[in-house]
Parts: sequence; C-alpha cells; structure tokens
Amino acid sequence: MLKIGVFVCWCGSNIAGTVDVKAVVEAVKAEPGVVFSTDYQYMCSEGGQSAIRQAIKEYELGGVVICACSPRMHETTFRKAAEAAGLNPYMVEIANIREHCSWIHKDKEEATEKAVVLCRAAIAKLNLNKPLFPGESGVVKRALVIGGGIAGIQTALDIADAGYEVDIVEKSPTIGGRMAQLDKTFPTLDCAACILTPKMVEAAAHEKIRLFTYSEVEEVSGYVGSFRVKIRQKARSVNRELCNGCGECIVKCPSKTASNAFDEGLSKRSAIYIPFAQAVPNLPVIDREACLRFQTGKCGLCEIACSAKAIDYEQEDETITEEYGAIVLATGYRPMSLDRYDEFQYSQSPDVLTSLEFERILNASGPTGGSLLRLSNGEKPKSIVFIQCVGSRSDDGCGKSYCSKICCMYTAKQAMLVKDKYPDIDVTVFYIDVRTPGKNFDEFYRRAAEAYGVRYVKGMVGKVAEWKGRLQVQAVDLLEDKQLLIDADMVVLAAAIEPDPGARKIGAMLAVNMDQNDFFTEAHPKLRPVESPTAGVFLSGMCQGPKDIPETVAQAGAAAVKVLGLLSKDKLVGNPCVAISDETLCNGCSSCEALCPYDAITFEEKQVMVQGRRETRRVAMVNETMCQGCGACTVACPSGAMDLKGFTNRQIMAEVDAICR
Amino acid sequence: MQRIIGKMREKAKELLEAGTVDAVLGWKKGDFAYDPTPAFFYSTDELDMLAYDGFCGSNLSKYLVEYGKEKGKVLVFLKPCDTYSLNQLVSEHRVDRENVYVVGVGCDGMLDVQKLRDKGIAGIEEIEEAGEDLRIHTLYGLKTCPRDEALLKKCQSCKGKEHKLFDDRIGAEESRDIANEDRFAEVAELEKMSPEERFAFWRAALSSCIRCNACREACPVCSCHTCIFDNARSGVDAKANASEFEENLFHIIRAFHVAGRCSDCGECSRVCPQAIPLHLLNRKMIKDIQSFYGAFQAGDSADQCSPLLSYSPDDIEPDAFDRWKGVM
Repeated sequence: MLKIGVFVCWCGSNIAGTVDVKAVVEAVKAEPGVVFSTDYQYMCSEGGQSAIRQAIKEYELGGVVICACSPRMHETTFRKAAEAAGLNPYMVEIANIREHCSWIHKDKEEATEKAVVLCRAAIAKLNLNKPLFPGESGVVKRALVIGGGIAGIQTALDIADAGYEVDIVEKSPTIGGRMAQLDKTFPTLDCAACILTPKMVEAAAHEKIRLFTYSEVEEVSGYVGSFRVKIRQKARSVNRELCNGCGECIVKCPSKTASNAFDEGLSKRSAIYIPFAQAVPNLPVIDREACLRFQTGKCGLCEIACSAKAIDYEQEDETITEEYGAIVLATGYRPMSLDRYDEFQYSQSPDVLTSLEFERILNASGPTGGSLLRLSNGEKPKSIVFIQCVGSRSDDGCGKSYCSKICCMYTAKQAMLVKDKYPDIDVTVFYIDVRTPGKNFDEFYRRAAEAYGVRYVKGMVGKVAEWKGRLQVQAVDLLEDKQLLIDADMVVLAAAIEPDPGARKIGAMLAVNMDQNDFFTEAHPKLRPVESPTAGVFLSGMCQGPKDIPETVAQAGAAAVKVLGLLSKDKLVGNPCVAISDETLCNGCSSCEALCPYDAITFEEKQVMVQGRRETRRVAMVNETMCQGCGACTVACPSGAMDLKGFTNRQIMAEVDAICR
Repeated sequence: MQRIIGKMREKAKELLEAGTVDAVLGWKKGDFAYDPTPAFFYSTDELDMLAYDGFCGSNLSKYLVEYGKEKGKVLVFLKPCDTYSLNQLVSEHRVDRENVYVVGVGCDGMLDVQKLRDKGIAGIEEIEEAGEDLRIHTLYGLKTCPRDEALLKKCQSCKGKEHKLFDDRIGAEESRDIANEDRFAEVAELEKMSPEERFAFWRAALSSCIRCNACREACPVCSCHTCIFDNARSGVDAKANASEFEENLFHIIRAFHVAGRCSDCGECSRVCPQAIPLHLLNRKMIKDIQSFYGAFQAGDSADQCSPLLSYSPDDIEPDAFDRWKGVM
C-alpha cells in the first residue's frame, strides 16, 4: 500500500482562523495509507517545503497530500518540493481547504469537518494515483496577432523587435483600429493620429511583421507551440502588387453613397475607397455591395482610371494556412448600440450623437472638416450637453453592468476641446460619478471643470425631447435636489463600450472563455492577466476588459513578453494529465472525436485482443501533445473507455465516495 | 400488416437466392399467436417461419451490431420507427450501412397482448388484423377489440410512417394513421411535481426493478462492447449491487448514457417485465435537449451530430440553466 504523508497548512490565520488544523491532522491519521500527518504555519515557505522533503525521506512516502490553498496557487511549488525529495511530482494531491473551505465558512466546527472531508477525498484519490511523465513538443517561432488596433500593433512591434516573426490579421482594410478614429487623446491632448500613424507605418515596414488586412481567421487547430491557422484574405478587387495608391480610382468612382464606417456613418464614401488618408496599407478596396459594376454589371470607371492596371473585378478570396507558436487576441471593442435608449432621441435627432461620432465631428478629417456644427442645420451650437454612463453601470436590463472606464476622461476631453475652441458655448456634463484614477487624470478633469468652465452636474438625464428646433434636456441635479430643463443644440451620449462581436467566433475557435459580458477571461484575474486559460493564447487590449490607451499599450507589451517567453523556448514540457483510450472498451462511436475542442482524437481500425480473441475494431487514439486534458471526452464516452490520466474516473469516484462516507 | 408477409418472404427469398444477402433478419413465429421473436434466417427453407403481425414490436436494428462482426450482408425488415435507431447506429459507426439491405415495412401500430388480457381476453389462439378492429379467436370463442385500444405504449405517440433509410419498401404506403398523443405529456406531469414527490415517484418505480437488464439488452444505443455495469474495472458494477438506492441509479446512469442518442423507440419500457415507465427518463432528456437546442430527433439522419456533442456559438449560455430551474 502507498505510504501517504498529510501536511495541513495554517496559512497564518487564513486557514487556522476557521479550521482547527490540529483536529484535521488527527482525524486523517486513520485514513488508508496515511503513515504521517502534521501541520505547519506556512507550508509554501522554505520551512514548510523542507518539512515535506524530510518526511518523504524519513517515512519513505510514496505520495503526499497538502491541505492548503487552491492548487492554482501552489501546486507547482509542492510538486517541485516532492520531486526534489525523489518523488514523482504527480504523486502530490492538494486538498483546497482555503478557497473551498476556510474562506467561505464562519463556523469553525463546520469548517473543520469539511476540511477533514476534503482531505479524505484527496487521500482516496492519491491512493489511486500513478506516477506520470510529461512529453515534449516543439515551438514554431512565429506569433499571430488577431486585431490590428493599437493593442495588436504594439504587441506585434514588441514581438518583432525581439527578433521573432509576427503576423497581424485585421478584418478591416487598414490597421489602426478605433484609435485612428479619435481626434485627441487624454490627458495630454496630443493628436491620436500623430502618435498612432508612426506605429502603423513602423509595423508595415518592419521586416519581421506581415500584415493581413481585410482578412479573417477562419479556422484554428493545433495547440500551444504549434497552432495551424487558416486565414481568409477577402478579395479587395485591387491587385496589391500593381496598385501604387494614387487614388485616381476613388476620384472617378460614381457611386458615392455608401455609409462611411470610419466616420461612424456620419458621411458617405465611394464604393472603391481607402478608409482614411493615413491608412496602412494605402491600398483601396471595392465595397462590392455598393459598387455599380458588381451590382448592375455597368460601370468600370475605376478600371479605366487606373494607370497601374490594378483593378481586378475577378479577384477571389484567398485562403492561406500558417503555423504559429503563440496567438494574441487583440480584437478590440465598439460602442454599444443605443437602439434601446430612445429617451435620448438618438435615433430621431441628428444632433444627438455618441461620443465616438462626436469625436469624428471634432476631427479635422471628419464629416464637418473639424468644424463644430449641428448636423441638423449646419449651424454652430450654443449649448452642448454630455450624458455619461449611457448603458454603463446599468441595471435597467438594456445596458451593461460594468463601468466602461474611459468615458469620464474622454467626456472631459471633448468638453475641454469644445471650450478651448469656442469658449462661448455652454457645456454641461451629467454624471453619476466622475472616475479619474490615472496618472494626471484628476488634474485633467479639474482643469475641464475649473479652468474651462465646463458645468458638471451630478445626476442622470431622464429624457431628451425635440423642442422648437432645439433639444430640451430634462434632468435632475442630485446635489441641489432640483429638476433641470436645459436647452441644448447637441447632446453627446457616452455609450457603453462592448467587445467586438467578432471576438465570440474567434474565442470559440481557440476555446478561450468569455465572461458574461463577452470579454475574454484571463487565466487569473490578478496574477495572469494577459494569459488566456488556453495555453499559448494571450490577451491584449479592450477584448479583455475596458481600458484606455496607456493601459492598452502596457498590456500589449505584457502580452508580447509572454509570447516571447514562449517563443524563446525550444521545447515545451507537456501536461501528462491527458486523455487515454482503452481500446478494449472503445465502441468506436466517435462521440469524443466530435466534441474534442482540440482535435486531439482520431480513429483507426485496429486489431484488438478481446477475451483472448482477436477482433478488428474502430478505436479512438489520443494525440497526447494536442490533448489539453479538459476531460470532455471522458464524460461523453458511454463505455468509460476514455479516461484522463491523473483524474481517472475511478479517482473521481473515490473522491466522491470519500466525501459521501 | 399480416397482409404483406407474402411479399416479405418473396423479397427475402429473392435476395438470399441471388446472393445479395447472406442472411435475413426478421421475426420468427412463436409458440403463440402473440409472441413472434427476432431471428436470423440463413436459408430459403427457413422462410415459412418468417412472421410479420401486430406483435412484431421489437426493434431489430440492435441485432445488426453483433451481426456486423461476422462480416456478411444482411437483409433487415424495419418498421418506420426502427429506422431511426439504425440511423443512429450508423452515425456511431456501430453498423456498416454497406452491410445492410434495409427493407422498410409498413406498420399499423404494434400491439400489447397485456392490454387484451386486461380486457379479459384469454386463451388467444389466433388474431386477425383487418381494418380498425382485431378479430381474436380464443378458446372461448371470437372476441373483437378496437386496434387503438390495444396499442403498445410506444405506438400511442407514433413518430410517423416515413422510413428514414431504406433500400426497398413493402407496404409502406399502406401504413395506418394513428392518433398521436403528446409524448411529453407524462413528462410535463412529472415536472409539475415537487422534487420530493418526484423523488418518491422514481424511488417507488425503480424499486421494483429486478436488474434483469432487459432494458439495456433491448436498447439499440445501449450496445457498448462492455457495459460499465459489466466491467469490474469501472468500479460502478459493484456499487450498483451495494445498496437498493445505488441500484436505482443504474437507470439514471443509463438515461445519461443514451441522452442525445436515444431515438425514443420505447423498447426499454416495452420489454420491462416490471412495467417501469423507463421511457419517461429518456423523454425528459429529449424534452430538455429540445428546449435548449431546438428541434432534434436522434436518428433523423446518419450524418447529424447530437447537440450534446457539438458546439455552436449560438448555443444557449449557462445562465439559461438558472431560468430552466423554474421548470424543474
């Protein structure tokens, strides 16, 4: 029988405050296999680890149970300690008596009883453990960044500067993302384009970076160190080798009524277009939905205008397959739709805008050429009202529960820009709270309120109504406790941000979880904030949660560092807790193959010995490097042929039995 | 459907003689008028024993799993509902479609001899099936009974007259229309109970189980090479024998194992000697799968994938389960 040692951690008062650790030590002494049990203040400390090593030698332990915090914290620590004493690291079991027990209980007697039960379960499992040995796999020295906004660009640049190849896949015709649409950036008010476009150019010119614009990730297979990704490059209808970017085609295009997404639909563009002046690559694309040639067959003016003969109406989507060692998700965000906020007249009045639309109005390359004008009549506004938290921090069922984080600051910025240019315009901001935690943020907001005379009113707007050609804002001032009626010419809504809807499909391909708001979930909220739960997949920028540009850039760099840590390895040590199929039990039904998220299971016809008889059967085979040990196959397998090493069905049943005893 | 037996024998004879098939899987006359049993026929002289009447409720699809190992081609007679099971087995690679010649046979709704007995009809010698009424010759004279009053439980909610796969059909267009009951009505009744009432219901029902394993042996998708309940290494077999309560779980586990695969053929309840309404466990699973993932019928086609084994970004989110608790 396996000789087992049990080590119960106090974790200071974290555990010992609620669990009688001495009682746990005593209670498990009679469990099967237990030859030694003890407690210690901090098992994870050098002293605690050395106690484990000593006991393994002294009592010739074959396995140890550590009753401590979550295995996500210190499993590796204890495995290494056991290994140092000559034990196979997979002969270590953790009973989580902190997160699963002491932290969630108040009654010491109950908590102690539960700690004993959890420890018993770990002992029961350990009795069925077998030494496991991880395999190795190679690393493709190239990274893929999905999304070409500032997050993706920065990550790619950092990876490329370290000497590794990196590809950016961007679904729109240019890189640059949301930041390219912005006018100025807080809290320094430098021009967004002026600081972004050099990075766009640098990315395009970098010898280690390849750009796949107007492209989408179609399929991902493989695993950390060796992903195979199918990328679809949508047909631009323009030959990128021949085009010299002169723009003559755009001038000649007679179809100029397509909605311009770069201006948030506030202006029109031609069917063949370059999204904006500094677009990278400087390569037009034909919007086939808007193009007369594609819709009616009659036209072809761009082809005639093109001296480089670059127009290609026959061009088709191209699909390439490439291998990557790591993937970074930088899929970004969009402002949420305000369809369900009719009380603000958003869909009725052209003078009610989202903040991003207002940003375009402020921008010199925007629909008004940078002049602050009412879109309803082209006149200069006398009064502008900003409404914050439209859809953020919402419990009305229409919006988002979270704070979008950037709105307080960009609203202050927009208010300040208005006041700076037009001091005579009345500017009012309605807010729930003004949140300015960031370097120089609060000073910035106070400057808007104090130096520029932006009127900040604490309170929400109940309704915006059209009234005699203007907008009447009905609101409440919570501090003064009075109702307000403000005549405004423009109303700017700080719409909540939400993850780009395309992220969901990509998340599903990579088996990366999303939270209830569709933001990608990080592997650990504090300690692994740029890693996704899927090995080799990292997170950069808004796709993980709301953040401003400095934070995005910082996270982009952090993601790059994690990628570099991975790419700089020649071999990856695998996880030995992978699925294994018992061919004598396998029915060959393919249930596991259908649901394996990692394509790790294949089937083959094989000679199998069954009760002394040779039979040809269709049986499952597991690719151990591709298997991530999720265990989905073991649950689906009706005959119990699929099992997970380190978490076998019998081990789990033994745990349940020990708990129910 | 006694009227098509002649054509069935002809077809079987033709294919056996031509060497198209090596065997015929059908029903063989029993000792009484109401107990034909599944059987393989290997030569044309055996074919006078081939039977097809209202007591051929058994689903023959399952027998093809074992037969497949002998590697020969077999003619099988399947009623419309039986073809769903075969599709499921083909999709699970348990039966090689190439090795099977499917003759779809028409069906008037299969009969339950117990229902006749319950009407006081005993000493049955011969049953004439014609039209809406059964003419039953007994030791005590001629009796009649409307066919609809003697239908098997599973036939009271018929999946329809369409054969989902076949190579040939006999009498398919002559199948009789059957008044179709809502197959989830009983499940809805169970859902209305409180958890305690439902627990008591199932404890009472399952406690009469004698673990004869007939349900498992008849179930087309319960066709594992080695069932976990027969596998000493699974650790489950001994547990099921350890206590009466653990033994009840045999049926619950079985329901989970066939979830998303069960075509609702009703064989489990039909063969249960203790009349346990086992089909209700499966129908609850089917009802839930349909409410979560939309219309799905296992065995509709051999190419489809169960929603429990596939993922689509449109799948319901976990919070749906909180709402679902309301109907539990």
